[in-house]
Amino acid sequence: MYKRIMLAVDGSDHSQRAAQHAVYLTKTTENSQIDCVYIVDPETAKSEVLKYGDSDILTNKRREKITNVEEFLQEQGASYEVKIVHGEPGPGLVKTANEGGYDCVVVGSRGLNNLQSMVLGSVSHKVAKRVECPVMIIK
Amino acid sequence: MRRLNTEKLKKEWMGNGLKAEVMAGIVVALALIPEAIAFSIIAGVDPQVGLYAAFCIAVVIAFVGGRPGMISGATGAMALLMITLVADYGLEYLLAATILAGILQILFGVFKLASIMKFVPRSVMIGFVNALAILIFLSQLDHFEGAGWEMYAFTAMALFIIYLFPKVSKSVPSTLVAIVAVTAVVVFMGSNVGTVGDMGALPDTLPVFLIPSIPLTFETLQIIFPYALALAVVGLLESLLTASIVDDMTDSDSNKNKESRGQGYANVTTGFFGGMAGCAMIGQSVINVKSGAAGRLSSLVAGVFLLFLILVLGDLVVQIPLAALAGVMIMVSISTFDWNSLFTIHKIPKSDASVMIVTVGTVVITHDLSIGVLAGVLLSAIFFAAKISKMKVKSKVEEETKRLYQVEGQLFFASVTDFIDSFDYNEAVNRVEIDMSGSHLWDDSAVDALQRVKDKFEQKGIVVEVTGLNEESSRLIERTSEALKASGH
Repeated sequence: MYKRIMLAVDGSDHSQRAAQHAVYLTKTTENSQIDCVYIVDPETAKSEVLKYGDSDILTNKRREKITNVEEFLQEQGASYEVKIVHGEPGPGLVKTANEGGYDCVVVGSRGLNNLQSMVLGSVSHKVAKRVECPVMIIK
Repeated sequence: MRRLNTEKLKKEWMGNGLKAEVMAGIVVALALIPEAIAFSIIAGVDPQVGLYAAFCIAVVIAFVGGRPGMISGATGAMALLMITLVADYGLEYLLAATILAGILQILFGVFKLASIMKFVPRSVMIGFVNALAILIFLSQLDHFEGAGWEMYAFTAMALFIIYLFPKVSKSVPSTLVAIVAVTAVVVFMGSNVGTVGDMGALPDTLPVFLIPSIPLTFETLQIIFPYALALAVVGLLESLLTASIVDDMTDSDSNKNKESRGQGYANVTTGFFGGMAGCAMIGQSVINVKSGAAGRLSSLVAGVFLLFLILVLGDLVVQIPLAALAGVMIMVSISTFDWNSLFTIHKIPKSDASVMIVTVGTVVITHDLSIGVLAGVLLSAIFFAAKISKMKVKSKVEEETKRLYQVEGQLFFASVTDFIDSFDYNEAVNRVEIDMSGSHLWDDSAVDALQRVKDKFEQKGIVVEVTGLNEESSRLIERTSEALKASGH
């Protein structure tokens, strides 16, 4: 049923809890796979290039931010992959989800950026509205 | 082979497809117009100088740039460097300096010097963009001096629209909406505020090729060279930084030496066609990539469409109030500033923080970005030398009459004093072993210091044995002693 699961990650506690539910989904289907999608928005990209310069260091630093999720997935023995996607958080997740042919998308209800979600509406809301496959929002 | 090349060419030009490139180019052109005019005003030249620059640079870079999808044009960093040249000597000297800066950038690219940018530490780069943001902001304060309430009101209105319009629609740049709205209100109210028309001529023709009318003497060179050098360095610094950001945003690599040459060609061309020096623009490149572009075509469309608009709408453009432009520049300043660096300044090492602050401070005081970068690089070099010059010497008694010293750290001019003082020359031992396996000798002073230590022990009749020297250090000692022999000492 849920062979390919997309998990939105940003290093927050919410995305960590989303990971738990994603793992639970994998147990319902054999050989299922989780794609952890980490979004880098343009403003963050600018700031991080300024700070780290080198692209290898950049990739490492970004992976570091989501080690909590990665460690959890490893502990659970889930088969997963990390994808770093550039774009605005909402549209970026929607595009990746719709182009990737996933069976289910799992997102936390609230990520790191509380202020932004207050002003612009939450990312999870956009994902729920525009993603074509089933979406699980973890409260 | 040929087929491969056309395919590569197609990818470079079309990026994410024809429609995406053209649409992004149009959006960028609309966003470029107010900035090009505002940067001209900062530099103290007619708005047409900045607009011609934006056109020429965007078009030339489309063909010869190294980073498809990146937008270049007249920029604040460059405008700020030319203020005194324009004020003291006039436009013709600026055009000459622009051409010379371009030639320097071409040489930089030809000799593949892009990699020396790695010697500019990250904290200096962060200081650079923050200082740039502060200078752009400060440059706008002139417009408010002695201005009436209308100036403040219209600027506030522009900022309000710039930041809130994106919630209504993101397809039109909000800066353009702000400019149109504020201009309309000003015209409708018949308000008597300063406009773009008051600041000088706008283009009414295509730019023409002209050789700057300056005396071709050594004196002229003396005047323009320092400016050209500063323009070349700052232009490359910002362009290569922008290229890295676009690399990251589009997940692709780019040729930095080609970009350096491209920036050079663009500046030479713009200088001959009456435009001011420019470079890559972080903000516009982000807009371009966000709008879906990743190819060269977007830059070409942006340049051509910009000039087309100005030629057609010139009569309207002169009516744009300066208050609206000030609003746009304040937005540019806010988005240029790296706020993250401010919020995390207590978390980064103190030396990095002070390099950043010194870079910003130097620029704000001197109004010269290149001096700030130089100060930042020098300070971080000093910090670095201080950090690695720390020597650690451990010692223990091996046999009753022999002491072993274990040296750890880099031995060079800055650490030799510490090194020499680390030994006890008056101890009653017969033999001393200096284990250098945790150390490295870097220069003449290091070789000299090691010899001095030996001499000092030997004066007391203590036998010295130096062990564990690595290969490079031993070779350095050999070479130095040969050089000494050759000079007859």
